[in-house]
Amino acid sequence: MAALELEGLARHYGEREALSDVSLSLGAGQTLVVFGGNGAGKTTLLRILATLLRPHAGSARVLGSRLPDEAWAVRGRIGLLGHEPLLYRELTARENLRFHARLHGVAEERVEQLLEIVAMTGRVNEPLRTLSRGMVQRVAVARAVLHDPELLLLDEPRANLDPAAIELVDPLIGATSGHTRVISSHDPSGGLAEADLVLGLRAGRPALLRAAGDVDPAEITELYR
Amino acid sequence: MSTPTESPHSAAPADAQAPPRGEPVSGRADAVAGKPPGMAATVAALLRKELLVEPRTLESVPGMSLFALTTFVVFHFALNRNSVDGDLAAGILWVTLLFAAILGVNRLFVADADQGGFDGFLLAPVDRGAMLVAKALALLAYLVVLELVAVPAFALLLLGPSLPNALPSLFGVLALGDVGVAAIGTLVAALAVRTRARDLLGPLLALPLLVPIVIGGARATSPLFATHATAPAARWLLTLGLYDLVFGLIAYALFDFLLED
Repeated sequence: MAALELEGLARHYGEREALSDVSLSLGAGQTLVVFGGNGAGKTTLLRILATLLRPHAGSARVLGSRLPDEAWAVRGRIGLLGHEPLLYRELTARENLRFHARLHGVAEERVEQLLEIVAMTGRVNEPLRTLSRGMVQRVAVARAVLHDPELLLLDEPRANLDPAAIELVDPLIGATSGHTRVISSHDPSGGLAEADLVLGLRAGRPALLRAAGDVDPAEITELYR
Repeated sequence: MSTPTESPHSAAPADAQAPPRGEPVSGRADAVAGKPPGMAATVAALLRKELLVEPRTLESVPGMSLFALTTFVVFHFALNRNSVDGDLAAGILWVTLLFAAILGVNRLFVADADQGGFDGFLLAPVDRGAMLVAKALALLAYLVVLELVAVPAFALLLLGPSLPNALPSLFGVLALGDVGVAAIGTLVAALAVRTRARDLLGPLLALPLLVPIVIGGARATSPLFATHATAPAARWLLTLGLYDLVFGLIAYALFDFLLED
């Protein structure tokens, strides 16, 4: 069974068409990388798949459940790492992760394990507002994978991370993590290296949809012109 | 440009193309997610978060309390009276508490809206009504703290008749009012917080809905503040209780829709 099946998916904000006519299928364990300039519809697509936005046309089946009617069935099976860390600034990294662990029915040992993996044990009791953006992003990665989701939705996941931090989080969200992934990226070579399937969006419409092996990086660069 | 139908991923069975999922790597647990938490556990988690955040930000309770104290001082000088009793005393107390409560209502969901707390909650496999219950309980806690500050200050600055005799009944009436304010306030705050004019819309929606609570509360309190205090009329207590029940049910029925896109 495909992890994602989209058919004519569309979404608009008022008069503006944010996403239109997106159709694709992605197998379990595969990675879809979405390229496109600012406002191309990448984040809208991820938020629809995360059940946070309703599609206005077309159909979306995520992990076997049809959205939005069966959204309840996939909540808790999706991990979202977006532009916002979805963490409270006044809480510490540990408090934030424990809060999310309780909402997902995850044991607190998992929180400690993840804090260690993302190398946050040294500043675990400091409010998030005192941490650098890179550190917050590491905690956000831990939050996104806390419940070991089947599907990871990653919106420019390596933004704000230095090379050492990227190495730290790679086992959690990288290709070796084994998750089905949808990644929004602005990095043609890095994105292509991770992808099984590439979707290029321009003004909300698919301008490129092909297996990663058949895509020339120049075609992706073209999306940004 | 490739069309979607040209994609090999859509043409062939997806499982046939999927690489096998890797062995669990560092950071992945074999069975991480347990049973989704029930309503009580979710409410407890949300409430715990609320009660951790408020003392650190001091965004609601200190503002509400200071507002009430300042208003009593203003009334003290504006009325040019050292003491009030009866209807006037009850009216001043309830109107002041109402406007102070509005400050808390306006801040109730701001951290969630601004810091992605809504999205984090909506991604979890939990009953969405839990957020209503937790927020209403948090607001209720803020109101109780407000009243612990405001009522003695009111007695000191304005109230003529002795407060201690009225206290047990007064806290009963206040508790009935607080439940209604918490239910309506949470509903309205959830509605307003996702709009651009949330600071305006919150009070505009809340005030008309809270008027019956102020009327019922003031009428029930008035005999307690009379020179010769008597018990509150049962019909006003009943009115408050019924209003709490109706708006509690309405809030629970509507809240899920307010969180939807």
